[in-house]
Amino acid sequence: MGRYIARRLLLTIPVLLGSTFLIFAMVYALPGDPIAALAGDRPLAPGVVAELKDRYNLNDPLLVQYGKYLGALLQGDLGTDFAGRSVSETVAERLPVTVKLALVAVGFEALIGLIAGVLAGIRKDSFFDNLVLVTTIAVVSVPVFVLGFVAQITLALRLNLFPISGIGEGLYSYLLPGFVLGSLSLAVVARLTRTSLVENLRNDYVRTARAKGLPPRTVLAKHALRNSLIPVVTFLGADLGALLSGAIVTEGIFNIPGLGRTVFQAVQSGEGAVVVGVVTLFIFFYIVFNLVIDIAYAALDPRIRYE
Amino acid sequence: MADLTKSVTAPALRPTVPGSHLLEVDDLSVEFRTDYGTVRAVNALSYHLDNGETLAILGESGSGKSVSAQAIMGIIDTPPGYITSGQIRYQGRDLLTMDKAEQRAMRGAEIAIVFQDALSALNPVFTVGAQIAEMFQVHRGTSKKEALAHAAELMDRVRIPSAKSRLKDYPHQFSGGMRQRVMMAMALALDPKVLIADEPTTALDVTVQAQIMELLLNLQAENGMGLILITHDLGVVGEVADRVAVMYAGRIVETGGIHEVFGSPAHPYTVGLMNSVPRVDQRGQRLSPIIGSPPNLADIPPGCSFHPRCPRAEVACREERPPLREIVLGRQAACHFAEEILDA
Repeated sequence: MGRYIARRLLLTIPVLLGSTFLIFAMVYALPGDPIAALAGDRPLAPGVVAELKDRYNLNDPLLVQYGKYLGALLQGDLGTDFAGRSVSETVAERLPVTVKLALVAVGFEALIGLIAGVLAGIRKDSFFDNLVLVTTIAVVSVPVFVLGFVAQITLALRLNLFPISGIGEGLYSYLLPGFVLGSLSLAVVARLTRTSLVENLRNDYVRTARAKGLPPRTVLAKHALRNSLIPVVTFLGADLGALLSGAIVTEGIFNIPGLGRTVFQAVQSGEGAVVVGVVTLFIFFYIVFNLVIDIAYAALDPRIRYE
Repeated sequence: MADLTKSVTAPALRPTVPGSHLLEVDDLSVEFRTDYGTVRAVNALSYHLDNGETLAILGESGSGKSVSAQAIMGIIDTPPGYITSGQIRYQGRDLLTMDKAEQRAMRGAEIAIVFQDALSALNPVFTVGAQIAEMFQVHRGTSKKEALAHAAELMDRVRIPSAKSRLKDYPHQFSGGMRQRVMMAMALALDPKVLIADEPTTALDVTVQAQIMELLLNLQAENGMGLILITHDLGVVGEVADRVAVMYAGRIVETGGIHEVFGSPAHPYTVGLMNSVPRVDQRGQRLSPIIGSPPNLADIPPGCSFHPRCPRAEVACREERPPLREIVLGRQAACHFAEEILDA
């Protein structure tokens, strides 16, 4: 197991190298001159432009720029944006916001998705089962920005239950955007749990558990559910990794200063250092969470062993 | 025919005094209501079992033998399965009318079952130790540590080598025969008085089959339990059973002492079964299988359900279902011509 983890972690190095280069190249290929865009209507003095271009290595060819970026990165320097603010500072400020939002979203997914899925699964073909089926299809079909705006207008603006936008102290202001962000995966979790439970309830070992004289609750909660949750936990883990990689649309609708919006704005203004730094962080999250899932998978299902 | 008089081991099928046997299945009917019609899996089935006795229930797939076992265990899924008539009396008390908690207390503790395929019947994500120990924890309220100690003893009792060190192993880490032993350890945990073995050796290699059967019989001798052996293996039945009940389309077509029934069957279906077994002394000869296939249980033929496949069938067989009746003391058969077949 230890060797497996070590190998997987070593594998992240080439992945990160490759992905940083790709992102770097894409930002390089963006049309427009970011320095000129900085100034707006009044052009900057040529000296200032030259100075800025020099400071951000913008006159170098792509490979040289990338080389200089990597060199700084290896010393722990993520670079600075055009306003002179260090990227690590921005990340440090905005990451907690994204983490909170992602955790609230996954919390909704796990809580509501699991409960709905289990209730639908144990009463297959009942009214509730069909209700879950229809609701989840509806949620999956509606784009997240529609859901976001509808939730914002009804629950926040009309009913005044939640703040309309922005974040406050504590988690309350994260509830509505978190729910919107998690809604799609919530539907998937409910469906996945339901299907997996129905399948497992048909298994011979559930029959054995009943033949052992176990109370129905134990048969369900211990024997059937334990097996049914394996795919669900895997999905939730992967989803947390994905949600940490920013929620551009949701953060945009609810005006939440997380990493999703940071990256969106940085792409618009051609801030290469910010885009590369933040997106690389996203990729890192994704890789780490996938590794954690694989390890959790082996812990949940003893038939799986990594060598 | 002379030895028929000795068949006193098998009294009348429906006991005249309820509770005179350890387990009495009385007029049991089970049906499954599906989208494709009602499948009558078990029809007015009656049999009984005494302490220390081995009753073999013999029949093809779909003859209702496993369903009747599941009815006894109370593990038929409703829907689609419904018990539409009958009683299942254990020590004189009807399991079907007991309240659920009482039924559960019986299940596993008094009446236990060993399933056919131990790999799928054991939960893959729990250690075998935990799965055996669960019996003590749930039924006796034993602490986990103590329950695991009991589990180790049981694994020793079913002769799993170095039992203690294997407590923490998972089902997939055992061989097929060892897994079936784990199943048996689990079933025997609380010293049940009735053990149902539902094709316990079907999924195993022949050499392992013999070991498991032997173990099963040794364990039965040790604690004197009644054993219901469900199988389609006539060889096994002949070796180990005291009595046999032959099932066809959810009914018993013939029952009696094993030597009597196997020595001179009284029902054409039993005759057919015996003829379809390869025998060393008839090498080189063709087997004579029973023509046709078992009936669709959603559409059982009228009259005798075996008549479409029966070489002896006459008009009466198509119209009137022969009741299971005593033909010789201690032997019943459900055939209009049972006596003639017996004398043939």
